[in-house]
Amino acid sequence: MVIQTSDRRLQVYGALLLLPAAVLLGTFAYLPTVATLINSLFLPGFRGAPPEFVGLENYALLIEDRTFWKVARNNLLYALGTIPTAIALALGMALFVNGRLPGRGLVRMAYFTPTVLPMIAAANIWMFFYAPQIGLFNTLLGTLGITGPNWLGDPSVALTSVIVMTVWKEAGFFMIFYLAALQSIPPELEEAADLEGTSRWSFFWRVTFPLLMPTTLFVLINALINAVRVVDHLFILTKGGPNNATNLLLYYVYENAFSFFDRTYAATITVVILLVLAVVATIKFRVLDPRTHYQ
Amino acid sequence: MTTPTATAATTLIRDLVRFPSLETTAAWLLAIVWIFPLLYAVWAAFHPSEFMVRFDLLAPLTLENFTNAWNQAPFARYYVNTFLLVTGIVAAQFVVCTLAGFAFARFPIPGKDVLFMLVLIQLFVFPEVLIVENYRIASSLGLVDTIAGIGLPYVASAFGIFLLRQTFKTIPRELEDAARVEGCGWMAVLLKVYVPLAKPTYLAYGLVSISHHWNNFLWPLVVTNSVESRPLTVGLGIFSAPETGVNWATISAATLLSIAPLLVAFLLFQRQFVQSFLRAGIR
Repeated sequence: MVIQTSDRRLQVYGALLLLPAAVLLGTFAYLPTVATLINSLFLPGFRGAPPEFVGLENYALLIEDRTFWKVARNNLLYALGTIPTAIALALGMALFVNGRLPGRGLVRMAYFTPTVLPMIAAANIWMFFYAPQIGLFNTLLGTLGITGPNWLGDPSVALTSVIVMTVWKEAGFFMIFYLAALQSIPPELEEAADLEGTSRWSFFWRVTFPLLMPTTLFVLINALINAVRVVDHLFILTKGGPNNATNLLLYYVYENAFSFFDRTYAATITVVILLVLAVVATIKFRVLDPRTHYQ
Repeated sequence: MTTPTATAATTLIRDLVRFPSLETTAAWLLAIVWIFPLLYAVWAAFHPSEFMVRFDLLAPLTLENFTNAWNQAPFARYYVNTFLLVTGIVAAQFVVCTLAGFAFARFPIPGKDVLFMLVLIQLFVFPEVLIVENYRIASSLGLVDTIAGIGLPYVASAFGIFLLRQTFKTIPRELEDAARVEGCGWMAVLLKVYVPLAKPTYLAYGLVSISHHWNNFLWPLVVTNSVESRPLTVGLGIFSAPETGVNWATISAATLLSIAPLLVAFLLFQRQFVQSFLRAGIR
C-alpha cells in the first residue's frame, strides 16, 4: 500500500513536470494543426459573417488551381535540384578535409561558414551576383563579351538560380555529419585494402559509401524537411516570381494568408505541406529508427 | 598506392617538390568558391559603391556604408530585440525542456511512450509551417508584435526535450540514490545531480538554438509589425527588399552588421559550434 501511494505521488509529480511543455505544445503545435485541418473545410466569412462550412470545396479548388500545381511542381524540382547536389558536394567536401590536405582547417571553415549565416543575409549577397545588368555574374560575363541571362527574372532560369544558392548554403552543414562518420571508420580497413591493391575508387564505392549509408539517410531526411520549410530567401530574391516560376508551397501559403487574406485556402495548402511532412516522418520512424535506439 | 610505405614515399616526394595534387587543388578551388560570396560582401561593404564590380586593390577603404546603414534603419533597436529574443528563448527552453526531459527519463507516467511520440511529432511540424493558425492564436493571446510572441511557439522544443531525456537516461541511478540518502528532494536531485552532469548537452543545445533563432525569419516576419519587436533578420529583410532602392554598398554593410556577432562567435569557437551541431544532429 505504501509503495502504491508513493507511486501515485511520483505520477502526479511527473505530470506536473510535463505540464509547462504540454501546455505550450498544445497551444502552438497540436491546436494549430487541428485548427488547420478544420479551417480547410470552411470558406472565410466576408464582412463579419461567420465562416461557412463547405466540406471539401477548398480541396476541389486546390485541384483546379493551376498555380498550386505549378508551385507543387516547383517544390518537387527544388527538392530534386537541391538535395542530391548538396549531398554529393557535402560528401566530397568531407572526403577532402578528412584526407591529408594543406590548410585543412581553413578549407573546412570555408565550407562550413555559409551554414551560420541567416538565409536572408545569404540571399542579399547572392542578389548582388544575380542582379540583371549590374550584378557581378553578368558584369564578369560582359567582360568576356557574353550577355548573361536574367538570373532571377527569366522564368526558365530563376528556379535554378534559387537552387544554386540553396546548395551553397546547405552543403557545408551536411558535410560535418559525413566528416564525423568518416572519422569513425577504422583506418585498418583502408590499410587492408591498400595491401590488397584495391583502387581508391572501388574502395570508396565498396566500403566507404555503404558504411556512410546511415549518415546519408539522416542527411536526406533533414534535407527533405528543409526543402518544404525554408523559404526565407524567396522574400529577397524573387518573391516567388517571375509569374510563380520560383514559388514554393510554404511561400504560397504565406501569400494566400497574408497578401490575399484567404486564410482557409492557406490552411488547405498547409494541409498538403503537413501531408508531405507526415510522409517524411513515417519514413524516419518506420524505416530509419528501427536501426537506431531510442531507449 | 600499392603499399603504405609507397604511399608515404609519394607523399614525401610530393611535399618536397611542393606540387599540389589534383585533389588538393580541387579542395582549395571549392573552398575559394564557397567563401567567395562572404568575402565579396566584405569587399562591397568596405569600399565606395562604384567599386562594387571593379576589383582594384588600391580602391579606397571606407566606413561610410556602415554609418549610412546604421542611420537609415534602427539597427540598434533590432540588435536589442534579437538579443532579448535569443536569450529569452534559450533560457525558457532550458527550463521547460529540462523539466519535461526529466519527467520522461525518470517518472512512471501512464502512457509515457505515447506522450513521447506525440512530442516527437513536433520535430516535423514546426511553428513556421503553421504560420496561419499560429498567427491567429498569437493574436487571440495578445502576443502579436511582442518579443514573447516570436519566442513562445519555440519554447517547448521537442528537440530539446528529446536531447535532455537521452542525456538524463545515461546518468546512473546510484548518483541519484546517493543524493537522496543525503536528504535531497526531487528538485534538489535534478539541480544537483542531473543538470550539472548534462552540461555538455546544454552547451550543444544552447549553441544550436542561439544560431537558429538569431537567423530565424519567417515566423518573426509574420508576427511582428513594428520596430519595437522586429529582430535583425526581419529588419534586414525589410531594409534590403529590392523595392526600397537602398544602394548595394549600404545593403552589404547592413548584412555584415546583422551577421557579425554570430559570425565572429563562430570563427572564435569553431570547434564548439561544429561539435554542437554534430551532437545535436546525431539523434
